[in-house]
Amino acid sequence: MEIVMAFVCGFLFMAAIYLILSRSLLRIIIGTGLLSHGAHLLILTMGSFKGSAPPVLSDGVTDYVDPLPQALILTAIVISFGVTAFFLVLAYRAYHELRTDDMTLMKGSEENE
Amino acid sequence: MFQVLCIFIPLLAALFMPFFFKKVNSIHTGWFVLVVPIFLVIYYATFVPTISKGDAVISQLDWIPSLGISFVSYLDGLSLLFSLLISGIGALVVLYSIYYLDRTREQLHNFYIYLLMFMCAMLGVVQSDNMMTLYLFWELTSISSFLLIGYWNNRDKSRFGALKSTMITVAGGMMMLGGFVLLSIMGDTFSIRELIAQAPELATSDLFIVALVLILLGAFTKSAQFPFYIWLPDAMEAPTPVSAYLHSATMVKAGIYLVARFTPIFAQSEIWIWLVTGTGLLTLFWGSFFALKQWDLKGILAFSTVSQLGLIMSLLGVGAIAYHVEGAQETVFKYAAFAAIFHLINHATFKGSLFMIAGIVDHETGTRDIRKLGGLMSIMPVSFTVALIGSFSMAGLPPFNGFLSKEMFLTAMLSITEFDLFNFSTWGILFPIIAWIASVFTFIYSFYFVFKTFTGKGKVEELPHKPHEAPVGMLVSPVILGALVIILFFIPNVIADTFIKPAVMAIQPFLYSSPEQVAIDVSAWHGHFTPELMMTIGIIALGLVLFLTLSKWQKVYRLFPSKLTLNNLYDFIIYELCDKWIGRFSALYMTGSIRRYLSYMLGSISIIVIATLFMQNAFKVTFDGASPIRAYQIILIIVLVIGTIATVFAKSRITSIVALGLVGYTVSLFFVMFNAPDLALTQLVIETISVALFLLAFYHLPKYKKEEERTRFRFGRAFVSIAVGAMVTLVALSAHSQKLLPSISEYYKETVYSLAGGGNIVNVILVDYRGFDTLFEIAVLSIAGIAIFGMIKLRLSRKGEKL
Repeated sequence: MEIVMAFVCGFLFMAAIYLILSRSLLRIIIGTGLLSHGAHLLILTMGSFKGSAPPVLSDGVTDYVDPLPQALILTAIVISFGVTAFFLVLAYRAYHELRTDDMTLMKGSEENE
Repeated sequence: MFQVLCIFIPLLAALFMPFFFKKVNSIHTGWFVLVVPIFLVIYYATFVPTISKGDAVISQLDWIPSLGISFVSYLDGLSLLFSLLISGIGALVVLYSIYYLDRTREQLHNFYIYLLMFMCAMLGVVQSDNMMTLYLFWELTSISSFLLIGYWNNRDKSRFGALKSTMITVAGGMMMLGGFVLLSIMGDTFSIRELIAQAPELATSDLFIVALVLILLGAFTKSAQFPFYIWLPDAMEAPTPVSAYLHSATMVKAGIYLVARFTPIFAQSEIWIWLVTGTGLLTLFWGSFFALKQWDLKGILAFSTVSQLGLIMSLLGVGAIAYHVEGAQETVFKYAAFAAIFHLINHATFKGSLFMIAGIVDHETGTRDIRKLGGLMSIMPVSFTVALIGSFSMAGLPPFNGFLSKEMFLTAMLSITEFDLFNFSTWGILFPIIAWIASVFTFIYSFYFVFKTFTGKGKVEELPHKPHEAPVGMLVSPVILGALVIILFFIPNVIADTFIKPAVMAIQPFLYSSPEQVAIDVSAWHGHFTPELMMTIGIIALGLVLFLTLSKWQKVYRLFPSKLTLNNLYDFIIYELCDKWIGRFSALYMTGSIRRYLSYMLGSISIIVIATLFMQNAFKVTFDGASPIRAYQIILIIVLVIGTIATVFAKSRITSIVALGLVGYTVSLFFVMFNAPDLALTQLVIETISVALFLLAFYHLPKYKKEEERTRFRFGRAFVSIAVGAMVTLVALSAHSQKLLPSISEYYKETVYSLAGGGNIVNVILVDYRGFDTLFEIAVLSIAGIAIFGMIKLRLSRKGEKL
């Protein structure tokens, strides 16, 4: 399963980078969303899927999955959510002010460099 | 200790100059400055009896002892001679500048601060025994020279000249620093004395030649040798006292000093002798030839300085041969070092006076253009006399000191031909010929300088000012220098015993143990017609003929294409190559497009990672220990892939937002599948909020536009994304297949209840074991919230708008 998941994560990264390299701001933000999904799954995969029970103590169970990657991912999810929300509002403001969402036009002209 | 501190006296005095200028404004600030060099001359004169016996005086002040860097004042024959030149001519130049610069119109405090800075730097250069402080003072001379050349900073040409001289001399200084560092690595010390003591071992090192070339480049740029002389004519935009001081007597001789100082180390090498002699002779010829092309009085003198420095340099090169020969031939080459030092003193005297005269002519007539000048002889008799003395000495005529050193120069050049080391028997014959031709040109431009300015008809009425003789104060310094020119001719042996012989001993320390052993007697008349004398007579005869027919053949200079000059090469390098071409090159890849930069970064990261993975043989896949694949997992993966493809290729915004939501929910199902209930919960909630946020902003968000792109970039984009995907997959595979250490999670699993009193291991890790992460994660969320609030609520006004 880990082998398959490695390919899935690679696929998510590929799609994310393809979106991030596009011209439209909104596509870029969606790309970052995909990128964080890929990263979270990658952390989980790297922690391996050994163990059959969720990491919550219960009687008679000793075969828990590794809890550490899960804690790390939980932190990462929250942070990436904060950042995505911020990006979204940033894109909204940029569109509002500049009247464009085309990255090729958002280059700055000679005088404000 | 006091001896070291004396180097800094000018710098200390400079601190008070603004005070004198602002508060005591009825007296010219120069009078206060004058005290400093006069004190220094007297102070250094007290060393003369000791040093002329061949001893050296050392005084040290530690600066960074842990690195072996200290200020050392090492006075031997060579440094004392230079120190006296610097302070002596410094005093005369300050005196001259008092009359040259107007108290009311000029920013005198700036001028004197720069000048005193320069004086301190020069004293430091010639007295430092530690190479690091030598470099420090060396750069200080460059900086103060930059400030002095650009003193009239409202003029374009001053700024151009200052920049040019700094570019060239600092570039050379940097290379010299490289040479110093190499030397210190070879000899494991910064001290020049200690390096000289281990000179034979140094010569065997691999770094020796590199250090040699680098140090020579430093010396050549500073001393305006070919092809680095081009900054010197442009530095003539400086006030004339500066030209007289820096660009004739002192700073340009720092390179000469460097070569003389390092001769004991490098003279072992054939390359040193060829480079120093060859460059010197080429510079001598080039400078004297092109001096006749100039119209500007100071321009002529600048080229003449270049040429005379070449002469001294070539003599130092010939002097280095003395290390390689023995017996009768040896004395001949000792002559060369002697002649170099002698001419150095002579040049300082006559060139200083000539610059001052050029300044006087400029000051009193308002022009320095030799085509407009003429017939000033009867109007300015004193200036004329001094100019005549200086020029005749420069031309090498008796009874002036230039004659003596020129004779010795010819002796040294002639003696090269009798010598069969380093192919000198084949090529050596060129040396005296070039030297002789250059001397003819020196003769012509010396006459050109003095007679075109002071004799002839001249259009005195058309000059900008009505000319009259300069004030007495202005004439004092050139007259003193002019008198020295004659005095040195009549008492050369007194100077030789007190100054030159100890200096020669410093250049050739292995050959002598006391100055008396430098058995050289200077005399104007050897009692018979020597070959040198015949050559001088030839110089005078041919020089006179060519001078009188100058107007007929001066057209020759127009034959040289004006585009093919070293100045144009410099301009090309600085303004075309550096400014334009490099700008264009940067514009090629710095397009301002963030997508392009991202492609560079991501593309190169993935290429580097993938290449390293395979080159280090780190890639490995094993299927051992992998958990089994189940059917529902495959279905979920297919859903995820479809969702992702839909997100990427959706035509409308709403589709791609919903598809992104689909991907998010599938990811939370993955979490469920892989036994991560807390993650699944969080992911579900967060994804819901995210989608809600996207939809909330939906109305305001820009519509998807059709992406019209050049195919080239689309391929690049596809390539970069595939490369990143491949990198992630490969790294994940090999990381999974090569687990080196077990997880630390066993500890958490065992102690979660006994230590932390909780059952949910993930939550206990978040708030107990690793609570710090959580704290700052909360901070991130708060910052994001505040930033979003700020971005929506706060607007900075555009120009003219209210908040």
